[in-house]
Amino acid sequence: MITVEDVSHRLGERLALDRVSVDFAEHRVGVIGANGSGKSTFARLLNGLIVPDSGRVTVDGLSTARDGKEVRRKVGFVFTDPDAQIVMPTVAEDVAFGLRRSGLPRAEITRRVSDVLDRFGLGGFDDRPAHLLSGGEKQLLALCSVLVTEPATVVCDEPTTLLDLRNARLIGALLAGLAQRIVLVTHDLAMLASFDRVLVFDDGRLVGDDVPAVAVGRYRELMG
Amino acid sequence: MSPAGLYHPGASVLHRLPAGLKLAGLAAGVTGLLLLDQLWWLGAAAVVVAALHAVARVPARLALAQVRPLLWFGAFLLGAQLLLTDWQRALSVVLTLVLSVALAGLVTLTTRVSAMLDVAETLLGPLRRVGVRPDRVGLVLALTIRGVPVIAGIAGTVREAHHARGSVGRPWALLVPVLVRVLRHADALGDALAARGADDEPGSRHGTSSDRP
Ligand SMILES: Nc1ncnc2c1ncn2[C@@H]1O[C@H](COP(=O)(O)OP(=O)(O)OP(=O)(O)O)[C@@H](O)[C@H]1O
Ligand SMILES: [Mg+2]
Repeated sequence: MITVEDVSHRLGERLALDRVSVDFAEHRVGVIGANGSGKSTFARLLNGLIVPDSGRVTVDGLSTARDGKEVRRKVGFVFTDPDAQIVMPTVAEDVAFGLRRSGLPRAEITRRVSDVLDRFGLGGFDDRPAHLLSGGEKQLLALCSVLVTEPATVVCDEPTTLLDLRNARLIGALLAGLAQRIVLVTHDLAMLASFDRVLVFDDGRLVGDDVPAVAVGRYRELMG
Repeated sequence: MSPAGLYHPGASVLHRLPAGLKLAGLAAGVTGLLLLDQLWWLGAAAVVVAALHAVARVPARLALAQVRPLLWFGAFLLGAQLLLTDWQRALSVVLTLVLSVALAGLVTLTTRVSAMLDVAETLLGPLRRVGVRPDRVGLVLALTIRGVPVIAGIAGTVREAHHARGSVGRPWALLVPVLVRVLRHADALGDALAARGADDEPGSRHGTSSDRP
């Protein structure tokens, strides 16, 4: 269960979030809204990358303000630009990065890394330099690197925006099939069709919260 | 993008040796090279270095890429030495340099960055007491290696965009847009590192850096 209680947050001069309250336990939650409406700010609240100026965010009872590190272990985050998420020079090393401090034996880390790479179509890419991957492969790698730490929730901020149609569909299908709880920020409304619930943001406020068809209707209405 | 300085996957004995041992061997090898002053000894050392490359099955192209950056400096050094001493002495100085770099290149080609970082972290361990965080130092090194192709990519994109708009010449005009994008990248990277738990305290979940088999 994720709860956002009366959260307001300022970025520079701008009130990026304005008294947002919502809680959700659903498996698949979408977030939509115009550019600058506060979606990314909202997403960053959920793993404590942003601690709100006022209000409270808790993830399964843990406060993001007090237990930030604990929360980040439970909530993985996939960003838009895969290049900015890959920190090690080669594929397997990057996936293993998140397990460095897990205390797991080396052999177990190697096994988990190759498992997750196999599962997401990067089997055999272990020693490839990350910079030689295609955009879609980079985003797959970023996803693998997050999933290998087995977070309970994965928050994705426009993970397919920089990808071509085929890779976007591939990543979209993989996300929809994950066992983890997913919070997906996207402008690709088709990705949300199978979702349990969709939140609509407008100018920092939560203005819609419904099943996909209704929420998307609300969004289209806002866009005029 | 030159492939110099990157891991070349393989299953050779050299690939499987512990990184610590390889680095110690490198230190010993370079010291040895510095002590050899007979040209024919250096010739023998060159054969050994070449043989090691063969054992590691490193393609000649990659091996040469490791020493290519030395081309101009090596030529300059040779010229300068020729003015100062006899040709045997000049040649041995240059050969020592080239062989040392080739040896270091061989270690880089056969050792994963993460394994090197583990060694670096172990070596820096004693500095923990004076406030150095060895894992942080290791992370900075990894990010630097990873950052080279990323920044090269950014520079390439900016240059293309520039050309697409028909502006040619004036390479300094690219500096500001490249810098802006690099800073934006650094900002995003900082977020990603935090999200991936890079700020975890080393002791918070017991880390094992003893990977030596
Ligand atoms: N560092 C900052 N300083 C000032 N204002 C900022 C900063 N970062 C974001 N903003 C502003 O805060 C508002 C909310 O930003 P946010 O990134 O959450 O929007 P978004 O819904 O994710 O938009 P997009 O669809 O473009 O990604 C925007 O108006 C943005 O311009
Ligand atoms: Mg955004």
